[in-house]
Amino acid sequence: MLDIQNLNIWYRGIHAVKGIDVSIDKGEIVTLIGANGAGKSSTIRAIAGLVRGFKGYIGYSRSQGKPVRLNGRQPEEMVKMGIALSPEGRRILPQLTAEENLRLGAYTRDDKEEIARDIDYVYDLFPRLKERRSQKGGTLSGGEQQMLAVGRALMSRPDLLMLDEPSLGLAPMLVGEVFDIIREINRQGKTILLVEQNAFAALKIAHKAYVLEVGTITIQGTGEELLQDPRVKDAYLGG
Amino acid sequence: MSLNMFVQHFINALGLGALYGLIAIGYTMVYGILRLINFAHGDIFMLGAYFVFFATIQFKLPWGIGVAIAIAGATLCGLLVDRIAYRPLRSAPRISALISAIGVSFFLENLSVVVFTGMPRAVVQPPWLMHPILIKSPSFGEIRLIPLGLMVPVISFLIVGGLLWIVHRTKPGLAMRSISYDIETTRLMGVSVDRIIALTFALGSALAALAGIMWALRYPRVEPFMGIFPGFKAFIAAVFGGIGSIPGAMIGGLALGFVEIMSIAFFPRLSGYKDAFAFVLLIVILLVKPTGLMGERLEEKI
Repeated sequence: MLDIQNLNIWYRGIHAVKGIDVSIDKGEIVTLIGANGAGKSSTIRAIAGLVRGFKGYIGYSRSQGKPVRLNGRQPEEMVKMGIALSPEGRRILPQLTAEENLRLGAYTRDDKEEIARDIDYVYDLFPRLKERRSQKGGTLSGGEQQMLAVGRALMSRPDLLMLDEPSLGLAPMLVGEVFDIIREINRQGKTILLVEQNAFAALKIAHKAYVLEVGTITIQGTGEELLQDPRVKDAYLGG
Repeated sequence: MSLNMFVQHFINALGLGALYGLIAIGYTMVYGILRLINFAHGDIFMLGAYFVFFATIQFKLPWGIGVAIAIAGATLCGLLVDRIAYRPLRSAPRISALISAIGVSFFLENLSVVVFTGMPRAVVQPPWLMHPILIKSPSFGEIRLIPLGLMVPVISFLIVGGLLWIVHRTKPGLAMRSISYDIETTRLMGVSVDRIIALTFALGSALAALAGIMWALRYPRVEPFMGIFPGFKAFIAAVFGGIGSIPGAMIGGLALGFVEIMSIAFFPRLSGYKDAFAFVLLIVILLVKPTGLMGERLEEKI
């Protein structure tokens, strides 16, 4: 579904991503793990169209058709092509209500009834959002905002859902809850690209995983393999 | 002051304030989204007045058509200003766009001098708007009203109501509010930001043109620099009401209209200082409540 070849990204004069290859198949949860500044966010932002002037090839095929080159497209185009990003730090619009945030997520769509149905679907996934539906986004707790960010990304009905650090700043119990729901969303058919510093949580649900270190992929394999890998255990799973 | 005089001044202030408010809305909307003070806004107001002058007086078109042409023409100009002078500078430092705005303002004023000549021209008002209505009542005494005096505030308030509906109840309005908080995230939701910004300029310019038309009816002449002072004052109204807030802009405009009209009504000797009141109001609000009446936050203001 997504095929990245030899991706190079420069961020503020630093060569942040140095020629990585990543491939994502339909129906998978793929995770990029690594420390802060390893280039995970840059990669996901490049796919979403937020990074200009990177080198390499990003190909995307929505169904069986020929892959389309994503390089140089605008973020709003990506959404229409079925790629949605829940950005790092949640980026909830603080002055809009929870429900308005969800409606904004459905901006590219015009099918009113289906949108209403999808809003209900998000409320089913995250019942707490339903209680908060008419509250301003800025007044929600960190966990609720994260749920809202994931729900909002779902509202465009993406084929590929990209989540940038969904565990950031969440209490450990909430991390479990959010990751259970991510796995549930995947079971319902969404392909997911997950960028995470919380390697343990991410590897547990991932079909495929890549470890990024200063812009290079150092280890890759299935989530299970990486959980057992001594190098990963040492560096990311606390020995 | 007698009660009937007061009512007369009250309606007068309502009209002037509503016009300031209409112009202020354009400033506040653009600032809310781009953090840019669109100095050319007062000149769009001027163009609206000129267009209606040419349509109705030179080309003898009916007023309804003239107004439609003027609003459409000024809206187009507002869109062009955004496209040519601001959009190429979207990712440039904010000060560049501000300088560009000042440049566009000078350009439009001087272009108007070249094209329309610098000579002020008289606007002939349609007689039915000026025909006085006398209201006599034992408690008030006699009040003379012209339809124009009532029409200006009524139209202004209706338009503002419609605008608030657009901003709070429609999809493009949702995108506008979203852009004003976080452009990047809004793009991630699939919104074409440039298109929404263009829509903002279009709405603001249409309102400025409408204000220009009504201004030209109230003070029946047009000249190339007529937009400067109303523009400044409307900008002050926007800051006073809390820049970024549409109801704030209207309230600021009304406050300014009332201060101007009432201070002269009560202290006729101060009439020479008429234009200074706006600036006094600006200084006071910046000292007391820098975010304005309805402003929530203060970011770099220039």
